[in-house]
Amino acid sequence: MRLELREVSRAFPGVAAVDRLSLVVQAGRIGCLLGPSGSGKTTVLRLIAGFERPDAGEILAGGEVLSGPGRWVPPERRRIGMVFQDFALFPHLDAISNVAFGLRDSDSGARRRRAEELLELVGLSAEARRLPHELSGGQQQRVALARALAPRPRLVLLDEPFSNLDADVRMELAQQLRAALVAEGATALLVTHDQREAFAIADEIGVMRAGRLEQWDAPWELYHSPVTRFVADFVGEGSFIEGTVLGPGRVSTELGVIEGQLTSEQPVGTHVDLLLRPDDVIHDDDSKLRAEVVERAFRGAEFRYKLRLPSGMLVLCFVPSHHDHAIGERIGIRLDAQHLVGFPRG
Amino acid sequence: MDSLNPRAGPAIAAILVALPMVAILAAVVHGATGADPALWAHLSEHVLARVTVNTAILVVGVVAIAVALGTSLAWLTAACEFPGRGFFSWALLLPMAMPAYVLAFVAVATLDYAGAVPVALRTLLGEGFAMPPIRSTGGVIAVLGLASYPYVYLMARGAFLTHGARVLEAAQSLGFGPWSGLFRVAVPLARPWLAGGAALVAMETLADFGAVSVFNYDTFTTAIYKAWYGLFSIETALGLALLLLVLVALALAAERLARGRARYTAADAGLRAPARLALPGARGWAAFVYATVVFALGFVLPAVVLARWALGVAPLDLDVRYIDYTLRTLLLAAMAAVACLALAVVLGYATRFEAGPLPRAAARVAGLGYAIPGTVLAVGVVTVLGGIDAAWRSVAGGEGLWLQGTVVALLFGYVARFLAVANVPVQGGFARIRPSLEEAARSLGLGTRGLVTRLHLPLLGAGLGTALLLVFVDVMKEMPITLMTRPFGWDTLAVRVFEMTAEGEWQRAALPALVVVAAGLLPVALLTWRMERAARAA
Repeated sequence: MRLELREVSRAFPGVAAVDRLSLVVQAGRIGCLLGPSGSGKTTVLRLIAGFERPDAGEILAGGEVLSGPGRWVPPERRRIGMVFQDFALFPHLDAISNVAFGLRDSDSGARRRRAEELLELVGLSAEARRLPHELSGGQQQRVALARALAPRPRLVLLDEPFSNLDADVRMELAQQLRAALVAEGATALLVTHDQREAFAIADEIGVMRAGRLEQWDAPWELYHSPVTRFVADFVGEGSFIEGTVLGPGRVSTELGVIEGQLTSEQPVGTHVDLLLRPDDVIHDDDSKLRAEVVERAFRGAEFRYKLRLPSGMLVLCFVPSHHDHAIGERIGIRLDAQHLVGFPRG
Repeated sequence: MDSLNPRAGPAIAAILVALPMVAILAAVVHGATGADPALWAHLSEHVLARVTVNTAILVVGVVAIAVALGTSLAWLTAACEFPGRGFFSWALLLPMAMPAYVLAFVAVATLDYAGAVPVALRTLLGEGFAMPPIRSTGGVIAVLGLASYPYVYLMARGAFLTHGARVLEAAQSLGFGPWSGLFRVAVPLARPWLAGGAALVAMETLADFGAVSVFNYDTFTTAIYKAWYGLFSIETALGLALLLLVLVALALAAERLARGRARYTAADAGLRAPARLALPGARGWAAFVYATVVFALGFVLPAVVLARWALGVAPLDLDVRYIDYTLRTLLLAAMAAVACLALAVVLGYATRFEAGPLPRAAARVAGLGYAIPGTVLAVGVVTVLGGIDAAWRSVAGGEGLWLQGTVVALLFGYVARFLAVANVPVQGGFARIRPSLEEAARSLGLGTRGLVTRLHLPLLGAGLGTALLLVFVDVMKEMPITLMTRPFGWDTLAVRVFEMTAEGEWQRAALPALVVVAAGLLPVALLTWRMERAARAA
């Protein structure tokens, strides 16, 4: 069901945890709030769940006002499922009883069938009778998800669902989690500080900073067309080089004139910082442009080089790993940027 | 949670505990001028000095013995390996089930001049043989030390298990042998726990009434009782009670100071099984003999003697009155346990769900009751209820006592003293319910009632059961409050023990004492079971 936040604010003593935040997640879509710790994203989740009351603004689900001036629906009547960071499985109940906990169907057979259906969806039918402490972290997380989905909530909230799990299983679990949410047709909002998780799961991502939403967009747009410097910095890797706008889609830099589509047009003559993603910089031995290797990190299939341009500015570059260059070596590069993102220099 | 914790709840709990003490203070301050001056003069001349010296000697002696026994036995069972170590590590806790007054009368009865042991020794060694007299300062100190070493043992064992062996290894790597390591490293490290255990023993000794009565050894508690019944002087009893409260406050302050750093209790310990120091050959057997002697004197021999006496007098003594004693004891214990549990749960909900410092302050006040000697509480309770009665008479007219001398007085005293006992497991149970569990339950549609029945009760269950059991058994063993505030004719098993021992009818005291000891075994069994489970989980 459609989730909408209108100008929602919540302050804690001394900090505005959430500051006039508005967003919409359409029914059946998976949204994500991405931001560094302390940016207020978990508070947004707790406001939607009803564990916190907003100081101002409205929260709506499927058109019904949950929190707003003169209106307050307690959390137990919101029909909003939540997957907690620590999973919060009931330690005295086995997996299937945890999943069935929120089911209100008067027919116990129907409750059991629904719980079994959910356990099967998350691939844990064999573990139905295990107690939480007998399950691995990943299994606990899937039980928590099944429990949240079982009562067919209007909306599922997920608070840093992978932060308590080993790094090597996160990506696989993220795919499973997305598949389960899609299979249930659930509307979901996820909170994370890890952009890879956000990219793996979400249809739309909002980047938060100090209680405000900086940008709400599809992952691809967020990466290639960040609207603020903070988003450009926080999402993906990249570096800025100085340039001057020559005309529509043309920017002159020390690497030559770069042509491409500028995401936001600037007047001719504007001095801009141009965002270069590592994949915009191509290693080319034949290129006349030379840059010095100042840092290298071997990443298996590729090297990530940090290169110093003649002016002293630094750019990042991914290079297939058979191009093994030592620090201090000067290597040829060229640019292949289709999306030019420039922020006026202040 | 508004329907569950009326704001008055925690306040009621705190007031119930604090009121008796406040009443004593108020009565002394108010009555300082009104009290019979001749009585006070007599008291300060003849009683006060003796009682103070006696109490001081007793506390110092008992603490010394308890610390020596408790620390050495804890070190042996926690950090060394010797024959029977596994058995002794829990068996040495069993003396906890033996109330000091029971151990006291068994000791006096068997070791007095006409007792079985001296008689046997004289037959064996000739009439000239004389044992040091048991009815002496040394005797009462030895008995109370033996009865209270388990407190130190429990604390010290926890400390040694947490970091005993690892620290010793570090000490060895720095060139200290295992024994110099013990005194240079392990004992200093365990000092907060040892001091905590010692303060606990000091408080128990200050509060003891039954054992010193058996020995006719006058301390503050017996002086309060005698002032109450012998001189019929409430003022004297109040004055003595206030002085004893000051001593308890000192012991309590020492305990708080000692515990400052030690956050662990024995229940958390035993998480890792450290490598133990093997005691080879004769040294191992010496440890075995030492542990056996303490275990035998503290538990096995008294239990055997009690059982034999009880069997001997049962045909004559065990009549319908015993059904009365037992039922009354069980009824009082059950009522007090339920009342304490209810208040502890109210406090638990309040500290969890209500903001502000008030609930936490109330919980701290409620925790103090256990440190207050029963004789003092009894005096305080009667003062409070007597005041209410007087006020009632002045309003409604008429004669007589409305609250004083009723079961209300008894329960008031029990709750004031044992609420702290129920509080510990209940608060522990609440602490284990993470806030996210409650939020998860609410997001799944549970309201307040569902939260209580489907989440809190199942998760608190064990803690609530423990609280009930602990209070129940403590009330069964309780002597001075029952003795001093009970309704006329309300004799319990503990009162029966007191009356029989007061008359020197040792064998007839064994029958009720045996029931009390059997009940006392339950919480000790629970404690050892938890220790074993923690050890197995490691």
